[in-house]
Amino acid sequence: METVHLKINNIPVEVPKGYTILQAAKQANIEIPTLCYLKDINCIGACRVCMVEAKNRRGLLAACVYPAEEGMEVFTNTPAVIKSRKTTIELLLSTHQKKCLSCVRNNNCELQKLALEYNVDEDHFTSEEAVYEIDEQSPYIVRNNNKCVQCMRCVSACKNVQSVSVIGAIKRGYQVHVGSPFDKSLNDSPCVGCGQCIVSCPVGALTEKSQEDEVWEAIANPDKKVIFFTAPSIKATLGESFNLPIGTNVEGKMVAAIRRLGENVNIFNMDFTADLTILEEANELIERIKTGGTLPMFTSCCPGWVKFVEHYYPDFIPHLSSCKSPQAMFGAVLKSYYCEKNGLDPNNVFVVSVIPCTAKKFECKRPQLRSGDGEYDDVDVALTTRELARMIKRAHLDFASLPEEDYDAPFNKATGGGAIFGATGGVLEAALRTAARTLDGDFKKVDFEEVRGPEAVRTVTYEVAGIKINVAVTSGLANARALLDKIKKGEADYQMVEIMACPGGCINGGGQPLQSDSVRNYVDYKALRSKALYDYDKNCEFRCSDESPVVKMIYDEFFEAPGKEKAHKYLHTTYVARGNKMS
Amino acid sequence: MAENSLAFKGTKAQEEKLTAVINQHKELPGALLPVLHEAQEIYGYLPIEVQQMVADGLGVSLSEVYGVATFYSRFSLTPKGKHRISVCLGTACYVKGADKILAEVEKKLGIKSGECTPDGLFSIDSCRCVGACGLAPVMMIDEDVYGKLTPKEVDKILDKYIAEEGGRQQ
Repeated sequence: METVHLKINNIPVEVPKGYTILQAAKQANIEIPTLCYLKDINCIGACRVCMVEAKNRRGLLAACVYPAEEGMEVFTNTPAVIKSRKTTIELLLSTHQKKCLSCVRNNNCELQKLALEYNVDEDHFTSEEAVYEIDEQSPYIVRNNNKCVQCMRCVSACKNVQSVSVIGAIKRGYQVHVGSPFDKSLNDSPCVGCGQCIVSCPVGALTEKSQEDEVWEAIANPDKKVIFFTAPSIKATLGESFNLPIGTNVEGKMVAAIRRLGENVNIFNMDFTADLTILEEANELIERIKTGGTLPMFTSCCPGWVKFVEHYYPDFIPHLSSCKSPQAMFGAVLKSYYCEKNGLDPNNVFVVSVIPCTAKKFECKRPQLRSGDGEYDDVDVALTTRELARMIKRAHLDFASLPEEDYDAPFNKATGGGAIFGATGGVLEAALRTAARTLDGDFKKVDFEEVRGPEAVRTVTYEVAGIKINVAVTSGLANARALLDKIKKGEADYQMVEIMACPGGCINGGGQPLQSDSVRNYVDYKALRSKALYDYDKNCEFRCSDESPVVKMIYDEFFEAPGKEKAHKYLHTTYVARGNKMS
Repeated sequence: MAENSLAFKGTKAQEEKLTAVINQHKELPGALLPVLHEAQEIYGYLPIEVQQMVADGLGVSLSEVYGVATFYSRFSLTPKGKHRISVCLGTACYVKGADKILAEVEKKLGIKSGECTPDGLFSIDSCRCVGACGLAPVMMIDEDVYGKLTPKEVDKILDKYIAEEGGRQQ
């Protein structure tokens, strides 16, 4: 590999050719501050925060885009550099709505951090404050452009990572702002609701549509029974909101914390319905293969991906598994089986899912997922990991000191197969575990490591009981689009395909705790979060979804067997074609 | 929104012309800008319908098209009237009270600068210097220059155009 030699603050470093000054500086343990730069997402050199000085060069250089060159001598903290950064931040603050105290990003804001580091005067430059209307029409994402710094990280995430591109820069100069075409609401656009824009935002311009108050209200109502259940990935990420290292499994403390939110609160394990999904999905796959049904079958757990198909690839709707997502299955189980068994009125049961995802807020309002002849939603509120963390904080629970507790019966036990749903490849792996055992009772393989990992697309061929199954896994909708186009052209032959909208799967969902650029640019946080799930899986008593005692119980007591009439009624759903244009 | 004050009335011939332009530029890098220029030539302005056709034709997102269309002030998202009024807000005209001239035109026609009357007869824009500073304040209607204006004269001039059109349809 060709390398270049340079000095950063007089420290000699050798880096591969093509490295930027920013990357080279990291090699010398110097972190140059950034704002618009976000690894793998946005690299446009626009914000001018990362400016550095170099010997014998005129002007300052943007470290995030400027390549390291042979013999270069870079200085990252000279008076000229500091003055430039300070002025840049003060200019950004001149039009920034500085309602920091009540801002959801207070103490977790990249602009605030820079302002403090450079000791700026936030009122140094005064200007007319542009007033933008807050767009809160969609059920999942709220945009407050009064706080936007025009870093374009959200625009790049939407366009390049997700190939959805429903937001862009509008107008120029002082009037520039980010929004949907013709300044319409995001809700009028073919947005899939993945929330990757939110987790890319350095400030408080983008947030999920908060529903914490609805949940507090239900908890305060003595006539209501409030049932929480937590998605597989939450255990691997919630700890970050309480300053625990990335990848810490906090399942026991999470359960204890939720239980302490109110006396009328129950807490169940959603890994159980992940297992249930696998039983139904594996059964559906085998059926499709044996009866010549539509193939490849696509997984349908991810609501961002489902909405993507409905908007952009409606021809592929028959390929989507008819299985409801684990969230929707749980809602249906609770408001049917559970209410029936315990003599509860579904109208007095308030179901709260905790999910890593903003698109799930849309999913639980889908008319197809209402029960009791359309009287009530199966899931009343979907909370993101961030919202749950805020609720725990408002309840003033000392999270780190809480005991490790178990979920409530009867939905307390699940398998490793359910747990790995939270990482890309996990659903497919869990399905393979169960499908293989169903087809061949002697099948021993449990770890399908070939479908794990960071590669954009993983494809493997398995042969079980004389049946050849080609599978593919991808995450990130730009990758999904490329794969779909290949399938459309007949260039790929798969039986089952797992797709998650967010790169890396749910562990990197749009509702997960926010990691700032200073972490994301240098740490593989997705790998650390995934590892927590795979470690958890390894230590599970049962690893194949079909072994779950809770799943066995519910089939015995209620659904009979996968794909049977009752199972079909409660656990399967339908999809609709939506337009791909602004409405 | 102002740009919706007039419904889009594209013809088949216009659409065919635009399609030809798109096909001609499709494979070239940076096709969006020249295509938008020609689209504006064909339709007179760039409503959402035209931008959507350009987006679909070139395989780019509407967000991108709209971003470019709003970045350059030469592109107009609102239709232009049969008579295009352009009020100079350049330095010389401005010190001679061009803001009052513009205000009078806006008041008389009941629309703002950048908009078009619902009957499609007039549109107002402001410009920066038409090279007739000696006549400040100045406005142009189509290709004709009117100088040394007062709000009262503006009224008379517009009345003349309105009378020629047989009055205004409200």
